[in-house]
Amino acid sequence: MLVRTFRSAASLLIVMTILLGVAYPLAITGIARLAFPRQATGSLVVRDGKLIGSTLIGQNFASPRYFWGRPSATTPQPYNGIGSTGSNLGPLNPALLDAVRANAKALRDADPGNGLPIPVELVTASASGLDPEISPAAARYQAGRVARARGLTAAQVERVIASLEQGRVLGFIGEARVNVLALNLALDELNGTAAADGAAAR
Amino acid sequence: MIPDAMFQFMLLVFLGIVVLCVKPLGGYIADVMEGRPIFALRVGGRLEAALYRLCGVDAREEMNWKDYAVALLVFNVLGALTVYALQRLQAYLPLNPQQFAAVSADSAFNTAISFVTNTDWQGYSGESTMGYLVQMAGLAVQNFLSAATGLVVAIALIRGFARHTARTIGNFWVDLTRSTLYVLLPLAAVLALVLASQGVIQNFDGYRDATTVEATTYQNPKTDADGNPLKDAAGNAVTEQATTSTQTLPMGPIASQEAIKELGTNGGGFLNANSAHPFENPTPATNLLEMIAILLIPFALTYTFGKLVGDTRQGWALLAAMLIMFVSLVMIAYYSEQHGNPLVAKQGIDQVASAAQAGGNMEGKETRFGIAASALFAAVTTATSCGAVNSMHDSMTPLGGFVPLFLIELGELAPGGVGTGLYTALMFAILGVFIAGLMIGRTPEYIGKKIEALEMKLASIFILTTPFVVLIGTAIAVSTVAGKAGVANPGAHGFSEILYAYSSAANNNGSAFNGLSANTVFYNLSTGLAMFVARFWPIVAALAIAGSLAAKKRVPVTDGTMPTHGPLFVALLIGSILLFGVLTYVPALALGPVVEHFLLATAH
Repeated sequence: MLVRTFRSAASLLIVMTILLGVAYPLAITGIARLAFPRQATGSLVVRDGKLIGSTLIGQNFASPRYFWGRPSATTPQPYNGIGSTGSNLGPLNPALLDAVRANAKALRDADPGNGLPIPVELVTASASGLDPEISPAAARYQAGRVARARGLTAAQVERVIASLEQGRVLGFIGEARVNVLALNLALDELNGTAAADGAAAR
Repeated sequence: MIPDAMFQFMLLVFLGIVVLCVKPLGGYIADVMEGRPIFALRVGGRLEAALYRLCGVDAREEMNWKDYAVALLVFNVLGALTVYALQRLQAYLPLNPQQFAAVSADSAFNTAISFVTNTDWQGYSGESTMGYLVQMAGLAVQNFLSAATGLVVAIALIRGFARHTARTIGNFWVDLTRSTLYVLLPLAAVLALVLASQGVIQNFDGYRDATTVEATTYQNPKTDADGNPLKDAAGNAVTEQATTSTQTLPMGPIASQEAIKELGTNGGGFLNANSAHPFENPTPATNLLEMIAILLIPFALTYTFGKLVGDTRQGWALLAAMLIMFVSLVMIAYYSEQHGNPLVAKQGIDQVASAAQAGGNMEGKETRFGIAASALFAAVTTATSCGAVNSMHDSMTPLGGFVPLFLIELGELAPGGVGTGLYTALMFAILGVFIAGLMIGRTPEYIGKKIEALEMKLASIFILTTPFVVLIGTAIAVSTVAGKAGVANPGAHGFSEILYAYSSAANNNGSAFNGLSANTVFYNLSTGLAMFVARFWPIVAALAIAGSLAAKKRVPVTDGTMPTHGPLFVALLIGSILLFGVLTYVPALALGPVVEHFLLATAH
């Protein structure tokens, strides 16, 4: 009896492993690569033939001319693509408050004249450490700094933010947000066009 | 719309979708498990018959509860050995483009048990540990089979109620095969493709190196010649400044695994950040789908139960009790998280929700999910045995974090994991009618079966095993150096991390207060043992009850029979569950989230 049970168990496990562990993922991969090639391979962003990232994976930005994303708790560097993690700091942990203070100070130092209250996502670490997005409030908070650093008007930057803003799905699911990489690339393009126009005018 | 109303509307739509699926899916599962000649079984009949021939299974042969339990245990132990072997041998196996080395023995032991028991507790970090073959042929296969195992135990227990004067409760091989082929696999295939269309990756490529727009300057810890981190005289890590313009993007067949991870209430992420990672859960829409997938089968099984025992009102009563508990607790989580952290507010940080930002306690949460979709996910994943996370529970507010912890400790039955939720709820139904029987002085009955001493003993074993493992495990960990070494947060929160770990392991959830460094020999072995004991000991008890009930005569309904389909029974059931959960866990909860809540409320 027990021998028969072992035989059935072992053969069923092998059959199921082939079906569920090999055939199923292969079939899904085949269909997904045909039907959704961009999504299946990571929504990659290529510029001038060079892979510069993924629209779904945030990148670290630190200079005032770029919008900054969420603080990232990955190690050793922030936004480490193969080290996804949150900070796991509890609400009373002094290290959490230290991090919040340091992030707030960096934002204020980069933009001393900005009297707006700092939106909470700009000082708190995301869950994945790779959050590609910030809220519209967090984008607008930084708009003045970015505009000055780039020699653009606040209205120009606000227009780019508005054009990239994504609302809630069906109006009530999830949150409104702006993709940071897309925003920064759009601004680089805007500056590039302006520079080219300037060169042409000369 | 104000954020609270928005949350309530989302909750209503979400639960509405899930409840609308209960009758069609639950009825379908009943037809599949009873082998009725529906379309799917006619289509798959040939494949199924060939499979049984190959495995030496006689599909018409029925098993008594002992044979059923032995088959289940043998199958699951072989499954665990396979997952262990795949991890230990992965360096020699194909589909490992990053050439990951063998997983350490203690971690592989923990992970093997973790996935076979439907826990999917993860001590390792997926993207830097597991090759694609281990993920697919080891972990994802168990995502299907551990869910199917839970489902067949529920079906066997239902048969115990539905049959009378019977010696058998079904055929394990047939039940397992049918629940996999006709329920889990088709649903997973559809969900996987939908997820892939929204950006969940699905490929076998090696990791891709991207050149980032801006270079990143950071402090890199220095290591000695053996790769150990260097420490200065004060014990702090020695670092040197480094700069990189490279971001490595993980790849892999994620969508196919993500689908069954949610549908099977498994929760083991392909990547470390689990469903918070944009490659696993890229948009609010995928997040909603993943939450629906988690609750879909557990809620539907209440209808399967009602249909198979010939009185669908019995199933709706269980569903009502589950929904009431779920909604009450999810509300606490949402309001607590949306209220935010007062210590952060004192720094002049804007935590107020508006159309332009989620506000609230955003530490450990993703922008696209905000507070509402994160709090809801946290409740969904712990009201079931799923344990996938889209936010870091360790960073939740004290009351927000209390909700997932308490949902787990209640035994994950609102609605619980695939199958496990239903059979756990039925155990509490048995306890409930027993308590009611004591009060009115009658022999308790449930679904036409007398509940006698043997059933009560077995139900007590079932109900007591898990809290025993949780509390003993926590006690050992907090009183040993190895246990305390893993704690990341100081004070009461650190205690919560340990309590959460053993609650999660013993209830086969798999989520964590993730700051706990659990990839150590102590935690790998102790949580591994907790997962195994608290999974299979109750399963054997449930199957024994199934065998005992099936053998009984059916008791005719009389004027003295307590109805088990009305509001009175729903209240009795919820009361029994809360009474038991509160009595068992209040002392431990008082030391963790409760203390922390008052500390935060009074902190200056």
